[in-house]
Amino acid sequence: MTEITRQSLNEIIEKVKTKKISSTDLTKAYIKNIESAKKLNAFVTTTFDQALDKAQQFDNKPNFDQLLPGIPLAVKDLFCTENTKTTAGSNILNNFIPSYESTVTKNLWNNGSFLLGKLNCDEFAMGSSNETSHYGNVINPVGDHLVPGGSSGGSSSALAADLTPATIGTDTGGSIRQPASFTGTVGLKPTYGLCSRWGIVAFASSLDQAGPMTKTIQDCAIMLESMSGFDEKDSTSINKKNEQYSKNLKDNIKGLKIGIPKEYRVDNMPKEVDELWEKGKKILKDLGAQLIDISLPHTKYALPTYYIVAPAEASSNLARYDGVRYGYRSKQGKDLIEMYEKTRSEGFGDEVKRRILIGTYVLSSGYYDAYYLKAQKVRQLIKKDFDDSFKKIDAILTPSTPSSAFKIGEKTNDPVSMYLNDIFTVPVNLAGLPALSMPAGVDKQGHPLGLQLIGKALDEQKILNIGYAFEKNCGFKNEIKKWWS
Amino acid sequence: MSSEKFDYFIKGEKGKYEVVIGLEVHAQVLSKSKLFSGSSTKFGADPNNQVSLIDSAFPGMLPVINEECVKQAVRTGLGLNAKINNHSVFDRKNYFYADLPQGYQISQYKNPIVGEGKVLLDMPYGVREIGIERLHLEQDAGKSIHDMDPTSTYVDLNRSGIALMEIVSKPDLRSPDEVNAYIKKLRSIMRYLDTCDGNMQEGSLRADVNVSVRKEGDKKFGTRCEIKNVNSIKFMQMAIEYEASRQVELIENGKKVDQETRLFDTKKNETRSMRSKEDAHDYRYFPDPDLLPLKLEQKLIDDLKKSLPELPDKKKERFIKEYGLNTYEANVLVSEKEISEYYEEVAKLSDKKLAATWMMGDLFAMLNDKGLDISKSPISAKHFAELVESIKTGEISGRIAKDIFEIMLETGDNPKKIIDLNGMKQLSDPKELEKIINEILNKNKDKVDQYKSGKVKLFGFFVGQTMKLSDGKANPKLVNEILTKKLK
Repeated sequence: MTEITRQSLNEIIEKVKTKKISSTDLTKAYIKNIESAKKLNAFVTTTFDQALDKAQQFDNKPNFDQLLPGIPLAVKDLFCTENTKTTAGSNILNNFIPSYESTVTKNLWNNGSFLLGKLNCDEFAMGSSNETSHYGNVINPVGDHLVPGGSSGGSSSALAADLTPATIGTDTGGSIRQPASFTGTVGLKPTYGLCSRWGIVAFASSLDQAGPMTKTIQDCAIMLESMSGFDEKDSTSINKKNEQYSKNLKDNIKGLKIGIPKEYRVDNMPKEVDELWEKGKKILKDLGAQLIDISLPHTKYALPTYYIVAPAEASSNLARYDGVRYGYRSKQGKDLIEMYEKTRSEGFGDEVKRRILIGTYVLSSGYYDAYYLKAQKVRQLIKKDFDDSFKKIDAILTPSTPSSAFKIGEKTNDPVSMYLNDIFTVPVNLAGLPALSMPAGVDKQGHPLGLQLIGKALDEQKILNIGYAFEKNCGFKNEIKKWWS
Repeated sequence: MSSEKFDYFIKGEKGKYEVVIGLEVHAQVLSKSKLFSGSSTKFGADPNNQVSLIDSAFPGMLPVINEECVKQAVRTGLGLNAKINNHSVFDRKNYFYADLPQGYQISQYKNPIVGEGKVLLDMPYGVREIGIERLHLEQDAGKSIHDMDPTSTYVDLNRSGIALMEIVSKPDLRSPDEVNAYIKKLRSIMRYLDTCDGNMQEGSLRADVNVSVRKEGDKKFGTRCEIKNVNSIKFMQMAIEYEASRQVELIENGKKVDQETRLFDTKKNETRSMRSKEDAHDYRYFPDPDLLPLKLEQKLIDDLKKSLPELPDKKKERFIKEYGLNTYEANVLVSEKEISEYYEEVAKLSDKKLAATWMMGDLFAMLNDKGLDISKSPISAKHFAELVESIKTGEISGRIAKDIFEIMLETGDNPKKIIDLNGMKQLSDPKELEKIINEILNKNKDKVDQYKSGKVKLFGFFVGQTMKLSDGKANPKLVNEILTKKLK
């Protein structure tokens, strides 16, 4: 019975459809796993009773034509869920219960799934290790001393530990792909505008994008299909027909041109990462793809650009948390200004404050041109690098991260070293492109490592296909021992 | 055009000072829902009853532009003879306040929807062209209520997110009178266009007033002060007068005018410093990443242009040409769309010139008296036209017309009926009149003699007596003629 939770989402769906397992039993199996995995601290809120009710409802009146029939899902606590507390990993929202459901989660529920619980994350999705959460750090099931990545660290941890059959995260600079890479799972950041941002607690509006985190590429296709789609409530949502990613999944990649950017070979990168990249190239080549050396010359400016644009938007997006209408309000403060100051001082953690300060600074008069405006111009150049390259190639292969999961506490006092972890993931967000992180191997310590496939805008199907072919031929198996229960 | 000369200067001891004024008018867009949410914009609802999750800035909420507000801004821009920008951008203006839920106002900073335009003012000393710098769309804030509780401030977000057009003039205005004319003209244009109701009591139209002074003949502008959020023309004029005098006094005493934001205290009739340039907010403007740049198809602009109604300037020209009115009459009668419509209805059915005179006289006086808009006039245009026509044909005298007007007000009857019922027809039969006049002359032989010996002023006495004896019905023109003949 418990073995069911080890299986992929696709396999589970098959079992439900063929009535080998009921939605209720499936849900109970996950609840059991979650209850025995408290050490991982992956959940901020669980909604077991509600989930069991929904499972029962499904079993009473099953609809097997849905994409996610009777499937319980835990989601990152950045998605607003109706009548269920939504914290964004922050003290300032520790009592916030939305009266509305985010479009992306609503899409999932409309496809037959239901909420199992809310997953821990870095505060307001600002972090690469899930150590900035007000609700404590999350532990990587790969090892009790390891971070699960961030900011979707609760999501990656829960997925790898079989606490949810699949999940969703948000990716502003790598927050889906990096934790996927750290836990040996699949994570996709879709094209900007493919998934609605409505109802997702905003970090940096021009970069934020929700996406699936799954055990397999096939699962990833199913989840993406379920969660994406045009939403008139989000002005940046792309108005296009929904695609059937899972049905159209193909493992024939013969003749596809894969770009290998020379700028992604950085100093001090562990040898294993380089070797893994070589292994990836070889697999794709053996499958009939053509490798093409390309150059993305502005790559080195991506990280500094990101750390201007994202904090700038964040400083403005987070201004609404002022204690006036909802969320935490300090009991101290004699007047309005003092109330603001105390509320925000007590409500936000250090990393969030750091980014609000950076963002406020780069937008200030006298600095705007030198920082924000310049960053926006560089952003255009980074995007142009990709546009130029994609004229001659189908996708780009790079490592997902410069290292495997690091130790808890290792980088907490060194923000720049922490930020450097996003070096391969941020250019994609700046360019608004889709990118997939897929497990590809392990390092010397046996910690998973991922490779990243970057596609043209709205070319999710193609990178999924490449990933699908790669997965079949890579031979990676996530060997996580259940040390936590 | 007119013999009057512009003469508004502040007189100091060391010379005359010219006052330079620029206005930033905030006009509430007439639309059913707010600029970025579906909430209603109706005035007067209970506090916080017209507030969506977007207006109150809940986590994850996103703005979606209301197309109707965009169209209204374009219409207004066209009405101001302004350039419409096919590409404009919404920016965030960041600052903290309890009635600003997002912590920023969505506005347009570098790329407004409407660029340069102009407004013409008919002043007694000629036509003045006032430049429009720009018009942009922005969200209104909510309202902080400080006087409901001794220790707390209450916030009403009904207004939060309502669309405003900020119309920025060039520093082309030179006197409180010009400000008055400018605001009235803007208001009139927007009311013709149905883009803003111009209701200053309800706050649909407010202005920030920029004032500076310079010695007469100087080319360089003086340092300006901005007086924030003045909500009536009268207060604007008072604030300008106070502020200009204050600045002149500073200059004359060898002091400098500091660039600052000031507040007008309507009770003390003075402006007070709110914050200096050094304390000025740093609004950290940047393009709102939740909204794409606003792209307007030329066809949409052209279509809106084609569908614009006739605006006051055009209508004025037409009234002068078509109805033979003078500039003053035409200006008054086109000042409000409803007035012009009423006039045209009356003019169609009666004498055009006489209709103008009577409308601007008795009708306006009555409406003013009762505090009514012309749309609520108790006398319909049709009845009013009948009255004018009766005067024109000589059926009734002007004096009797005034009595009939009063009766029309009371009964709502048409003038014909009133004339018949009360026998108010003018006495225009020369024989009848001669009879009356003979009687008067016979009774007042002494006065006739005095008249003939040179006391010509007595002519008025005879006219008066005739009117009296005829119950005011005597045709004054005929009375004059007969009397002149008889007294020769």
